[in-house]
Amino acid sequence: MDVRAQISMMFHLDKCIGCHTCSVACKNIWTDREGTEYMWWNNVETKPGTGYPTKWEDQEKYKGGWQPKGKTIKLKVADKASTFANIFHQPHLPTIDDYYEPWTYKYSDLFDAKAGDDQPTARPVSLITGKNIDINAGPNWDDDLSGSSVYAKNDPNLTEDEKQALFEIERLTMFYLPRICNHCLNPACVASCPSGALYKRGDDGIVLLDQNTCRAWRFCISGCPYKKTYYNWKTGKSEKCILCFPRLETGQAPACFHSCVGRIRYLGVLLYDADKIEATASAPENELVELQREMILDPHDPEVIAGAEKSGVHFSMVEAAQKSPVYKFVKKWKLALPLHPEFRTLPMLFYIPPLLPVLGRMEDGVYNVDSDEYFTSLDKARLPMRYMASLFTAGNEEQVRLVLEKLLTVRTYKRAEEVGDMDSDKLKAMFEKTGLTPELCEEIYRLTSLPTFEDRFVIPPMHREYVAELTMDDPYTFKAEIGFGGFKGRIERGT
Amino acid sequence: MYDQFWFAVFPYVCLIIAIVGSAWRYANDRFSYSSLSSQFLESRQLFWGSVAWHYGLLGVLAVHFVGFLIPESILWWNTVPMRLYLMETTGFILALLTLMGLIMLIVRRMSKSRIRAVTSPMDMVLLTVLLVQVATGVWTAIFYRWGSSWYAAFAVPYLWSVLQFKPDVSLVNHLPTVVHIHILNAFLMVLLIPFTRLVHFLVVPIPYAWRPHQVVRWNRREDSPGPLEVEKT
Repeated sequence: MDVRAQISMMFHLDKCIGCHTCSVACKNIWTDREGTEYMWWNNVETKPGTGYPTKWEDQEKYKGGWQPKGKTIKLKVADKASTFANIFHQPHLPTIDDYYEPWTYKYSDLFDAKAGDDQPTARPVSLITGKNIDINAGPNWDDDLSGSSVYAKNDPNLTEDEKQALFEIERLTMFYLPRICNHCLNPACVASCPSGALYKRGDDGIVLLDQNTCRAWRFCISGCPYKKTYYNWKTGKSEKCILCFPRLETGQAPACFHSCVGRIRYLGVLLYDADKIEATASAPENELVELQREMILDPHDPEVIAGAEKSGVHFSMVEAAQKSPVYKFVKKWKLALPLHPEFRTLPMLFYIPPLLPVLGRMEDGVYNVDSDEYFTSLDKARLPMRYMASLFTAGNEEQVRLVLEKLLTVRTYKRAEEVGDMDSDKLKAMFEKTGLTPELCEEIYRLTSLPTFEDRFVIPPMHREYVAELTMDDPYTFKAEIGFGGFKGRIERGT
Repeated sequence: MYDQFWFAVFPYVCLIIAIVGSAWRYANDRFSYSSLSSQFLESRQLFWGSVAWHYGLLGVLAVHFVGFLIPESILWWNTVPMRLYLMETTGFILALLTLMGLIMLIVRRMSKSRIRAVTSPMDMVLLTVLLVQVATGVWTAIFYRWGSSWYAAFAVPYLWSVLQFKPDVSLVNHLPTVVHIHILNAFLMVLLIPFTRLVHFLVVPIPYAWRPHQVVRWNRREDSPGPLEVEKT
């Protein structure tokens, strides 16, 4: 057992209102430089929809993630031999047209235009070439357009029949999917980088990209199935979400987390067994979610604590893991699921799937809102269970159904408690089926609906102070450096 | 005197500046070491240009390198006319592939406005020097049937003499002007390494072939490449 710590974020999708505040907060801090305009380390997608970059989930097109090969797995984008063969032109690399050409507006025209019959307009100009462009794509171009046959119909997760059914007016629905780097346990970006510029921090599991080692071989961009490494066309380096580690190290929450209006995000420590990474990533598809859950260790188990100490996990990490809200949602209550586990990168961000309005179309066109059937049945969910399973459980409908049933049970329990119009036999049957108890329901309800900031953000300090004290006499040694290993020198494009 | 400067002094100036410059740049400005790929902005033309250029060039350089290591066998090979033609034709095809790729890359760089936005003056200097180099090579291949033997008989001993710090100008000063340009331009190319994106060939990621897929860096472990040793509790 090789115990390691991972800082993990969890999203409660029922609470996301799709306001993009997280995206804007992130952009203002990290990606407002030339070359990064199109990068959205955090973005929010409307589902069903095509996402960003367009159809990123379609790995036939983008070749992201891993695929089974015999008893183990291999990178989809290239094995080592073809990495070298394709290094002069990477055949699967998305281009800027798969994202959008960044633009600004010629605001000066509003002031400088000659007097005329028409109002002057500020024309859009490309931030790359400076030329006039017509805008035909943007970072959230299909925002709220889940009823659109242009966007939602191209969602790679939908089958043909579902596409037909989904656009019946009564079933039209959508939900939001906020996405950042998944800080995977088996990251395909790290594995595909020929330079070894990408790495996982052993201490907290954050996946970073060493700007001094990146040589623009561009395999990470294809390798990441979530398309969360981005190529900076100006500096000739790739960049990605850093989980705001400079903020984390000083005890502040990541920008996306801190600005979240719906307070949908939870950040906590998970302890996991690094010895199981390869076996878990190579498992059959329908076991992926369960096996990944098994990798996550109980932070109260004395054996795990001893193992953590042995492998150098700081005790404050273990303590944080014991109080981790993410641990509760993921492991204890089994409510949170990874996004697209079939990519086999073992993503360490987790999502509670949205319950959505479960009212479906009734035979006579009338909705049943009797108290008996207050929440009706999951079978009448507006989005097919298969769709949710395709997003969160690699197609295992049973698993996603169980999660939604648990969420329903909590709601039914609270409704029974607050309003008292629920059938107690039915509630009892639900408890039996889901394994929940009134106490558990209360606990889930409290952490879902009433958490304080401190309940949602449980991250220990990174102890940079020890590093500083022990490694130097001069406290200014690390001045103007960034991150482990230290970043020195100019940050300018070479010639 | 003239020959002495160009063939006995200039090469050393280029080599010294290239070695010292590249090392300095690696130590002090490592961020700038990059292939500066522009595939993200334009992919289709790059495919035809870059693949033809790089593979053609690798072939041409490989043949040059073999000749550099075992010049006698090149001369021996060329004693039979058929084999000479084979050698010259192979070189010619590779050179043509390289030239074609290079011209496509130059056209792409000048015609695509997105690519022009990421083109530095040094890129244009480099492309010009490369064009001269490939063009003189192709010229030699077309108009001098004995190009490969000249290389083995004169240029290789000359290169060895340069590497052994006793440059023998008499080996090359009687060769045609176009060959002179080819040789001197090659040294100019070496000189340009630390000042252009050519540095990317110094950091070809060979270790990837045997590196484990996953890379982990620790802050709190002794084998960390980070700020060393940390807390011991």
